[in-house]
Amino acid sequence: MKFVDEFREPEVITRTAAEIRRLAAPNRHYRIMEVCGGHTHAIYRFGLKDLLPSNIELIHGPGCPVCVLPMGRIDDGLAIAQHPDVIFAAFGDMMRVPGTQGSPLEHKARGVDVRIVYSPSDALKLARMNPDKHVMFFAIGFETTAPSTALTLVRARAEGIHNFSVFCNHVTIIPAIRAILDSPDMRIDAFIGPGHVSTVIGCRPYEWIAKDEKKPVAVSGFEPLDILQSIVMVLRQLKANEAKIENQYKRVVPWEGNSAALKAMAAVFELRPYFEWRGLGFISQSALRIKDSYAEWDSERRFDVPGVRVTDPKAAQCGEVLKGVLKPHQCKLFGNECTPEHPVGALMVSSEGSCAAYFNYEHRKTAMVTSIASVA
Amino acid sequence: MAIPGQIVEIFSEPSDQRKTALIDVVGVRRKVDLGLLQDDMPKPGEWVLIHVGFAMSKISEEDAIDQMRTLRALGEAESAMQEVEGYGLEEAEDPKTSLEAVKSDSEDLIQ
Repeated sequence: MKFVDEFREPEVITRTAAEIRRLAAPNRHYRIMEVCGGHTHAIYRFGLKDLLPSNIELIHGPGCPVCVLPMGRIDDGLAIAQHPDVIFAAFGDMMRVPGTQGSPLEHKARGVDVRIVYSPSDALKLARMNPDKHVMFFAIGFETTAPSTALTLVRARAEGIHNFSVFCNHVTIIPAIRAILDSPDMRIDAFIGPGHVSTVIGCRPYEWIAKDEKKPVAVSGFEPLDILQSIVMVLRQLKANEAKIENQYKRVVPWEGNSAALKAMAAVFELRPYFEWRGLGFISQSALRIKDSYAEWDSERRFDVPGVRVTDPKAAQCGEVLKGVLKPHQCKLFGNECTPEHPVGALMVSSEGSCAAYFNYEHRKTAMVTSIASVA
Repeated sequence: MAIPGQIVEIFSEPSDQRKTALIDVVGVRRKVDLGLLQDDMPKPGEWVLIHVGFAMSKISEEDAIDQMRTLRALGEAESAMQEVEGYGLEEAEDPKTSLEAVKSDSEDLIQ
């Protein structure tokens, strides 16, 4: 257990935790989903579960971009990377994500030209620096990242850089929340809304969750106190039988979002009719594709893409964990075949994946306690 | 997670007139793109949250300090610095220096 006095403002944390206990009706079980992988990481890292009463269950949502990408898309991107003149550029957290023939990093070891970039604009810079090569940027991420990819494409077209394209895997958060709410095996009482995604989309897109589904939402920051205050917000609503959108992260998230970012996305992207999400299956209008006016910079139109569907390794239960039906340690492979050092599923790769977060903080802690107990 | 940085100087790129900024993240200075803040352009001295090489939102100095503290508490400060150092396809001049800066800066903040 994390000691409360290790946190900043420990008295406020203690008071907020006491308020949560006061608000939670003892005869009721609460299932609150934190949508964003950053929140999942923070909840485990700060041991926030230990501050909550046992009848508040935090369900980890689908907001980790690496985790929700189906293996087939990784294989498709790596198939393009096999062309001798292609440079495969991606963020560092994609590098260890397994495809059926290995991760991008393993492909690099086999001689494929795989580069880590920290910004889509650096992938474009790579293209300027390598005019005899074609740079394919493997784009992932929610609305936090999609505007940066969009502006990079605007610049590629404006500058007439033709040896650059984007393999677009950008997804949008709202349809994933809708799919979770529509799923018959899920029962969620309230949502902790994503912080950084909301700096772009604002709070308005969540309004249907309160209005139509009668579920409270609190858009939250990432500090321990932020997350606890958001839990207080949704519990107060549940107690009062209300459902509305509250913005706990006002210091960063404007209610209307970021207009320049939304404009950039609208100029370059359009919704795909459907897209496959790991664990959630095909969700209609849940991902972005590149508009016809940018077709020349769309990797999927410039190259033959196999487009194969790959099911996850049979024993891995990433889907159930992603939907919150199973806890990470309930997967058959967890901690044995699948560890952060040797991930089988994507949820074990990213620090925002619930399996990696659970392994790094809960599993290691339990393993240490067991080992101390056995010595004693 | 977004990274906090302070605007040092703003540039108009001669090739396409886009606005970029030299930002300072605990002593490491790199250029980031200001295209996503064109409706609410920051000024030198102001603080922003940075994600994948683009400034995403203006924040207060206090929130910038909080964000760096959160990154450190999450064990993500070093990877955040690695990201900043990698912007512009540049290598860290002296990776040790900036990592020490994160540690000492965060320690100062905690005290």
